[in-house]
Amino acid sequence: MRSLLFLGSLAVVPWAQGVAQGTITLLNVSYDPTRELYQEVNTAFTASWKTKTGQDVVIKQSHGGSGKQARSVIDGLEADVVTLALAYDIDEISAKGRLLPPAWQTRLPDNSAPYTSTVVLLVRKGNPKRIKDWDDLARPGVSIITPNPKTSGGARWNYLAAWGYALRKFGGDQAKAKQFVASVYKNVPVLDAGARGATTTFVERGIGDVLLAWENEALLAIKELGPNRFEVVMASVSILAEPSVALVDKVAKKHGTTAVAQAYLEYLYTDAGQEIVAKHHYRPRNAAVAARSTAQFPKLVMFTVDEAFGGWKKAQPEHFADGGTFDQIYQPGR
Amino acid sequence: MLSSLPQPRSRRLATEESGVVPVAAVFAEALKDGIGTYWAALKDPDAIAAIRLTALAAAISVPLNLLFGLAAAWSITKFTFPGKNLLITLIDLPFAVSPVVAGMTFVLLFGAQGWFGAFLADHDIKIIFAVPGIVLATVFVTFPFVARELIPLMHEQGVETEEAAIILGANGWQTFWRVTLPNIKWALLYGVILCSARAVGEFGAVSVVSGHIRGVTTTLPLHVEILYNEYHFAAAFAVASLLTLLALVTLVAKSVVEREIR
Repeated sequence: MRSLLFLGSLAVVPWAQGVAQGTITLLNVSYDPTRELYQEVNTAFTASWKTKTGQDVVIKQSHGGSGKQARSVIDGLEADVVTLALAYDIDEISAKGRLLPPAWQTRLPDNSAPYTSTVVLLVRKGNPKRIKDWDDLARPGVSIITPNPKTSGGARWNYLAAWGYALRKFGGDQAKAKQFVASVYKNVPVLDAGARGATTTFVERGIGDVLLAWENEALLAIKELGPNRFEVVMASVSILAEPSVALVDKVAKKHGTTAVAQAYLEYLYTDAGQEIVAKHHYRPRNAAVAARSTAQFPKLVMFTVDEAFGGWKKAQPEHFADGGTFDQIYQPGR
Repeated sequence: MLSSLPQPRSRRLATEESGVVPVAAVFAEALKDGIGTYWAALKDPDAIAAIRLTALAAAISVPLNLLFGLAAAWSITKFTFPGKNLLITLIDLPFAVSPVVAGMTFVLLFGAQGWFGAFLADHDIKIIFAVPGIVLATVFVTFPFVARELIPLMHEQGVETEEAAIILGANGWQTFWRVTLPNIKWALLYGVILCSARAVGEFGAVSVVSGHIRGVTTTLPLHVEILYNEYHFAAAFAVASLLTLLALVTLVAKSVVEREIR
């Protein structure tokens, strides 16, 4: 009998947690490298919301490849807010899941991207393969680690960064750019599902000569795993990555969390929020905070998706849909 | 000279080492940053929640599959009926299907865009990305273990003893409790042990339906992956050491039961 009661209590607890008295629970569905960032943001926001309103907020996190996370939200993962790697994944949630309006991106400042990043090259200490720029990635004999653009947002930024570089180099010749990117991806032995998986493949399993990574992810890997093992190489030009955040209207309304979820996203734009952002190696939007962190973020020539590719709505089907340029150039297992 | 060394002994040593080294490595990594970090990793609220969820999934799926496996093996080996082969095929299905595909199928059925998505949303029932989905996935992947363990044995034992019991006047229940069950109890236990081990260790199917909400829908194996991906290597191995301990217990229990079966 007692063991039955024990089993019963086990069964009840996981469901009871969501409705703890007076506590609001938010679910933030995010992409891979933001784990450490949101850990700190959540603590700070919880404290600030408590002083402002007296309410307790618990923020739950889910992380994974950005495309995969968007898919989960469409399939019913009840995110109050999504903080994904790129706008297109949130567009998908709007189009396929009808959980937020199509014009979501205009609701918050800076294209709903409170922080930016870029794509850098992480190499092993001393740069044994002498990798300086995108051209070096197309050389035979260089092994490149990058995640799968079908599932990972970071991987799509990586891909477009290489493509954008080639477009500049060849004066806008798309065919030549495609050829260039094809020779880069010929050097990719394995595609992980998410950015963090690719990072562990490179740093922990020791596979590959260079990792195409988010700047924040590369800086974090160096901080966590020792500056004496890796170094960051800035290419001559790269892409301005704008990871977007959005309120998932339908879910938040159902949960009755719209106000706090909105405040949570707005908190990212406050001075305090921007300081945390910079601390976790994302480039802050706030000019004053950015000015204080220039040592961390070298000046770099960056192009946007809108400039080089006419926006995500055009770039996504062209490059990453079934039969897009990525499918044309990448055949696994060669 | 070398060839005169006693071969069997060295071979045994090699097998022992190949088993001991990885296990030792898990514990060495787990205790790398000291016992304090080890305990902290296990007492973390997310780890406790993962332990609780894993225990819940096992506590539901093991008894369920015990009952089902017993019933299925009994009817398959002691009776003939139409659809018997279909039932055998269904039992084997989880062995044949990749756990990831099983998980995807659940998403396809119960996800917001799935067949029953609208119905479930209307009634505010959550299956996928919630605890029921994880239990469901665990039940599915552990489905064959008990039945598959019992069927060959019960087949071999035949129906003579049961027939004798019935001729002597026993009813169905009496035959089952006094004749069938005592004959198969060790094989049954063996199946339950394998079933429990798999229920606790399942990754693929559970990963697909979990949604990875930490502290809510992450089981122990998923929690290990999260910790590892967040560069908390010592913590990841600390939690992994729990699973390793459980595996050791399973192996010991398994070999005890094996001896009884022989």
